[in-house]
Amino acid sequence: MGAKEYRTLRNASGGLVTVEDAPNIAFGDRVLIKDQAGTTRNGQVIRSSAHEVLIQVFEGTENLDIEHTWVRFLDEPVEIALSPEILGRVFNGLGRPRDYRPPIVSSLHRGINAPPLNPAARTYPREFIQTGISTIDGLNSLVRGQKLPIFSASGLPHNRLAAQIVRQAKLPDEEGHFAIVFAAMGVSYADARFFKEEFASSGVLSNVVMFINRADDPPVERLTLPRMALTAAEYLAYELDHHVLVVMTDMTHYAEALREVATAKGDVPARKGYPGYLYSDLAEIYERSGRIKDRHGSITLVPVLSMPSDDITHPIPDLTGYITEGQIVLSRELHNQGIYPPVHISPSLSRLMKDGIGKDFTREDHPHLANQLYALYARALETRNLASIIGADELSSRDQRYLEFADAFEARFVQQAENEERSILETLNLAWDLLSMFPQSSLTRVTETEMAKYHRQGS
Amino acid sequence: MNNPNQPGVVLQINGPIVTLRLPGVRNGEQVRIGHLGLYGEIIALQGDEALAQIYESTEMIRPGEPVAGLGRPLSVELGPGLMGGIFDGVQRPLEKMFLEAGDQIPRGLSPEPLDRERLWNFQPSDLLEPNMPIIGGAKLGSVQETQSLLHLILVPPNIQGELIEIAPEGQYSLNETIARVRLANGHVEKLKLYHHWPVRRPRPYQGRDHGVEPLITGQRILDTFFPLLKGGKCAVPGPFGAGKTVVQHQVARWANADIVIYVGCGERGNELVDVLDSFPQLKDPYSGRPLMERTLLIANTSNMPVVAREASIYVGITIAEYYRDQGYDVVMLADSTSRWAEALREVSGRLGQMPVEEGYPAYLASRLAAFYERAGRVDTMDCGKGSVSLIGAVSPPGGDFSEPVTSHTKEIIETFWALSKELADARHYPAIDWVDSFSADVSTAAKWWHEAVNRNWERRRGEALAILARDSELSRIVNLVGPEALSSAQRWVLEGASLIKEAVLQQSALDPVDTFSSPQKQFLLLDLVLTIYDLGSELIELGVPVQELAGQTVMARLRRCKELYDSSQTEQLLAFQQEAIDSFKVIRAEYAQRLEAS
Repeated sequence: MGAKEYRTLRNASGGLVTVEDAPNIAFGDRVLIKDQAGTTRNGQVIRSSAHEVLIQVFEGTENLDIEHTWVRFLDEPVEIALSPEILGRVFNGLGRPRDYRPPIVSSLHRGINAPPLNPAARTYPREFIQTGISTIDGLNSLVRGQKLPIFSASGLPHNRLAAQIVRQAKLPDEEGHFAIVFAAMGVSYADARFFKEEFASSGVLSNVVMFINRADDPPVERLTLPRMALTAAEYLAYELDHHVLVVMTDMTHYAEALREVATAKGDVPARKGYPGYLYSDLAEIYERSGRIKDRHGSITLVPVLSMPSDDITHPIPDLTGYITEGQIVLSRELHNQGIYPPVHISPSLSRLMKDGIGKDFTREDHPHLANQLYALYARALETRNLASIIGADELSSRDQRYLEFADAFEARFVQQAENEERSILETLNLAWDLLSMFPQSSLTRVTETEMAKYHRQGS
Repeated sequence: MNNPNQPGVVLQINGPIVTLRLPGVRNGEQVRIGHLGLYGEIIALQGDEALAQIYESTEMIRPGEPVAGLGRPLSVELGPGLMGGIFDGVQRPLEKMFLEAGDQIPRGLSPEPLDRERLWNFQPSDLLEPNMPIIGGAKLGSVQETQSLLHLILVPPNIQGELIEIAPEGQYSLNETIARVRLANGHVEKLKLYHHWPVRRPRPYQGRDHGVEPLITGQRILDTFFPLLKGGKCAVPGPFGAGKTVVQHQVARWANADIVIYVGCGERGNELVDVLDSFPQLKDPYSGRPLMERTLLIANTSNMPVVAREASIYVGITIAEYYRDQGYDVVMLADSTSRWAEALREVSGRLGQMPVEEGYPAYLASRLAAFYERAGRVDTMDCGKGSVSLIGAVSPPGGDFSEPVTSHTKEIIETFWALSKELADARHYPAIDWVDSFSADVSTAAKWWHEAVNRNWERRRGEALAILARDSELSRIVNLVGPEALSSAQRWVLEGASLIKEAVLQQSALDPVDTFSSPQKQFLLLDLVLTIYDLGSELIELGVPVQELAGQTVMARLRRCKELYDSSQTEQLLAFQQEAIDSFKVIRAEYAQRLEAS
């Protein structure tokens, strides 16, 4: 139908404008808005009827003049240009270069809202990825095609952990095409720079596509940015056969931008002012990770989000946890004790771990071993609580051993250096060292055969 | 029925809600929108305008595009070929769409849910003769749907009249007529192997009956402590990570039902793939056939359009009722009803309806109740018995059970399996909290257990729960003043509770032996633990220190019994019980001697 121009603006507020008497405008159409000063802004149709069209303006409605502004409907959905050249480049939330280099020239354009993946087309992820981090590999293993978020909070080292995962993640004994898609929403200049330098220093920069929206960029762009990034990831994974690791930070800023737009539209709020569709919206993003039958590539997604006031029941971490396949939770308490990475073991979980570890993947004792460590640490934490009330001296010798275990576990298993890469076997052996603090009779989650093989008796 | 001379037109698009003009359209009628032909359903009429909810993305749909009414409400196809399939929220066959259209689900595609080409061997019922009066729900004949499932072909519920003829035994496709019936108005209706039924209307039955028999799931905490009857209603609420999905998968795997319908409503794609991958390799423990032969999946994953999510649980329950009408015991699992409620909320928000609690519409409670009421054990129209047991997962935000969906659900259901974050964090699985959970059907279940397993079942169950209750009381004291403040007898209660938790309640879904416990094994384990506990209590009175009893080697083995002996090894379990009793007797003799000596 071709592009059409109108200058019948009626309202402009809160990032939204309405245009009157523009018939036959498609829902979801992309829009250019040219104001009195000649500056062009981008927008998208979010409600359309014959007499009124509602447009969401990505750059906001500041300084917009209703009378002298032109609106141009492009008659195309929001798209991204794709070619192998995207590797090594930096874009904004609309897919425009922000590295002072020319835009991507390609005949391949793809809408950023992909139709949902047919569940029958998926294959179940089961290839263990070694991150070299004991708390992840040993207790919350990541597999290829999984979506495993990091639940963090302000001031915790989630960026350093994400960077370490990016640096070290590999499949034991396999070299293949890999790529990293980095999507940053509402991040500070310092954070954006940190990641750029990390990628550069580890020599992967030419395999990274970055999408960056900084804290001072328009919030509405944060809504398209993760979709741009995932469309690029799908292209790399399913057409260029790369194994793609997508790191997204910070999903909290994304959700806040969504709330900002929803409120301006007048949507009925559900919890804490977030719209009722926050779950579906987040799911549209997270569910684009995975593996597909007969495709060589894969998309593994590690979103980072900060829990407002360290509250895991806040809608953003809460809904995320219901969609993703587990979560890695960081703890302020461990961080304050100087432990890096401060992974809080008890609430952390990897749902796909059960099928990616054990015989044929890592080692046959891994499942029981992880289970046993969890159970001991849970008991040890209880004991530690008790000790803080009645004093450690009052504890029985059995309970004293649990206290020692908790300390040793945190100092030796959880704690590791930022550049320390432990192989999965090192991690498992370390776990057995710790288990061997207990007599065999108190270890009921590991089997007797496993104990005979790995338990360091007498120590 | 709308007038074909007056084509419909799209007026406004607001996400999944489209305003349209379509003269003569009825509320609830299915429509196809735009040049792409997107599926939708009329949800409100306002003057000459109608509001439709669309099951697919409305991106790039514009005002002025055409609309067509289909003349019938959202319906499902019911007939042979359903079992083993995977369908989306409006019963589109996903396997077929994958083969036809590739990885992603394109819009406007609508293949037929059931295979029209496939031939089925139809065996007519020998009770039927021409000119017989015939009513809806009567058995016309049968088709062997899978090796383990005989699919009864029933007269559609809304048909009543005189049988003109019925086809002889032979191979028929779904398109062929297998019987003709003259209705009261003289019209002749051709019956096929399948028929349509609107999903929002419960299928009729002769009468409701009460449940008589527990659904055995092979999960100790469920069967022994919080039984669900066949035909019962159950909710499984829990925060994320507490193991709702694993509990549902375990029930789908091991329940002694004839049919399992698993509705993945707004959940993870990979979890459905897990079922699709693993079920064909797993054997039904009762028939020995691959589990997939009795399983049907409805998948509306969380990234699929939200409106189809609302429809998906109705599609599931209608198919469940269809097999119930054939006289089968059906289990329907809905994971999760919270996502369904959220879909209701989203639509109601778009319609500008007044929200009541947390944005949910005022009709949430009544919709939930009406949905759960479709479960039950009934007298079928064909004079048999059939049941639908409904197990709905609930995903309360922040794990808060006082939120609207959990609290309204709790008012309706009979069995409540509450999952706890604390238990899950300690890797106590299944993380079902014995304090918050309940079952209203223990006494009915007890009748079955007493006859089929052991008449001490209800007493033993009560004893175990009493120990657990005392344990949580005493644990509070321990947390305040430390274990030293407790008497030996009290510390033995703590030890006993820990035995019950580790040897009975905890059950590994991943362990090949422990994943399923027959009722016999469940009772033997419970009885074994309580026997040891009782013997220990006597010894404690004689002055034996708790430490000494807890340190016995039989105690460590007791905790492993569940994975050492499978359901058939009851004799070995009993032998072990004797061994444990003997070792406690030895201690008793020792102490009796010492007492005498002093």
